[in-house]
Amino acid sequence: MEALISLFVRAVFIENLALAFFLGMCTFLAVSKKISTALGLGIAVIVVQVITVPANNLIYAFFLKSGALSWAGLSDTDLTFLVFISFIGVIAAIVQILEMVLDRFFPALYNALGVFLPLITVNCAILGGSLFMVERDYNFAESVTYGVGSGVGWALAITALAGIREKLKYSDVPDGLQGLGITFITVGLMSLGFMAFSGIQL
Amino acid sequence: MSDTPKKVLLDPLVNNNPIALQILGICSALAVTTALNTAIIMSIALTFVVAFSNLFISLIRNHIPSSIRIIVQMTIIASLVIVVDQVLQAFAYDLSKKLSVFVGLIITNCIVMGRAEAFAMKNGPVMSFMDGIGNGLGYSLILIVVGSIRELFGAGSLLGYKVLPLASEGGWYVPNGMMLLPPSAFFIIGLFIWLVRSFKKDQLEAPDYKIQHSHNEAT
Repeated sequence: MEALISLFVRAVFIENLALAFFLGMCTFLAVSKKISTALGLGIAVIVVQVITVPANNLIYAFFLKSGALSWAGLSDTDLTFLVFISFIGVIAAIVQILEMVLDRFFPALYNALGVFLPLITVNCAILGGSLFMVERDYNFAESVTYGVGSGVGWALAITALAGIREKLKYSDVPDGLQGLGITFITVGLMSLGFMAFSGIQL
Repeated sequence: MSDTPKKVLLDPLVNNNPIALQILGICSALAVTTALNTAIIMSIALTFVVAFSNLFISLIRNHIPSSIRIIVQMTIIASLVIVVDQVLQAFAYDLSKKLSVFVGLIITNCIVMGRAEAFAMKNGPVMSFMDGIGNGLGYSLILIVVGSIRELFGAGSLLGYKVLPLASEGGWYVPNGMMLLPPSAFFIIGLFIWLVRSFKKDQLEAPDYKIQHSHNEAT
């Protein structure tokens, strides 16, 4: 249990997907102009991350890992090279299913998330989370925790950035830095702030 | 579009750079630039993938039903990335370990998807291939510039060769450790955008609010 809590804290603060690994940057910079939309996208990322990382973990452990097919009598088949194509397929499928389920049963949530759900398929934070899960060899419980933690970390980062940008638009920025340039500098400073967490030992 | 191949090839380098102007594919651009050699390998890998995905998608563009085009594009891109990843693991195992998940993340790199969707679906194979190479080179340009700056000032070397003699080894240069940490990548790209936009005034973004000087101050 303690190990899981420490993994969670590490995924949220120290190994923040957006600020330490630069994942999901395209949407991170494009959709962070208003707090409300940023929060909506953040929640959507948490939901998708929580479902896809464990789902991909099961697929990896029972189909793709070297020797994983021993239950079917194929004990020395190694399908790890199929990781990319199967993960992206799973992510695309889960996003699609989630969209239909939300539309049918939770219309209010569906309307709130709106255009962000389909965008998530091409968000590298989602695929990155699954690939980190493989690289670090997480088991099922760890992958659930990592899914929640990395999603929360990403949502925290984008909401914080949106808050800063809402204030920043009233300030006098040099012409060439206007828009994208100053956003990069801001994210750099935020990332510097998050690095302060790296000294935490749990 | 009736652009010449040369224009399609060279336009994305400065005038319409995928990273500085279109805000595409930033994730990997920042992560792999701690050293110049990873930046170069990543540039080659991405240029290969974007060029060939453009070529193949453009070849079959008239046969793809538009409702499933995203899945078809994803499959083509993912297959190309698998090829790149396997080649890297076979011939440059250390580098592929260093690049870790970022080779796989070429799949979700917005440059590849973006060019497939915006260019290859509407243009012929040769032009699409050129467009892919051009955008790959535009991406490479930024990666190599950022990679050289970070490796030179962070570790005092380029491609592993000592350029600035380090103070710890009897030289005069004290390496700036922050250059190897994530924040410096953001700063360098931010400043790079500033530099490009100082020369290309048409790329400036209009501010949301203009600060008015008060009348008392003006007179």
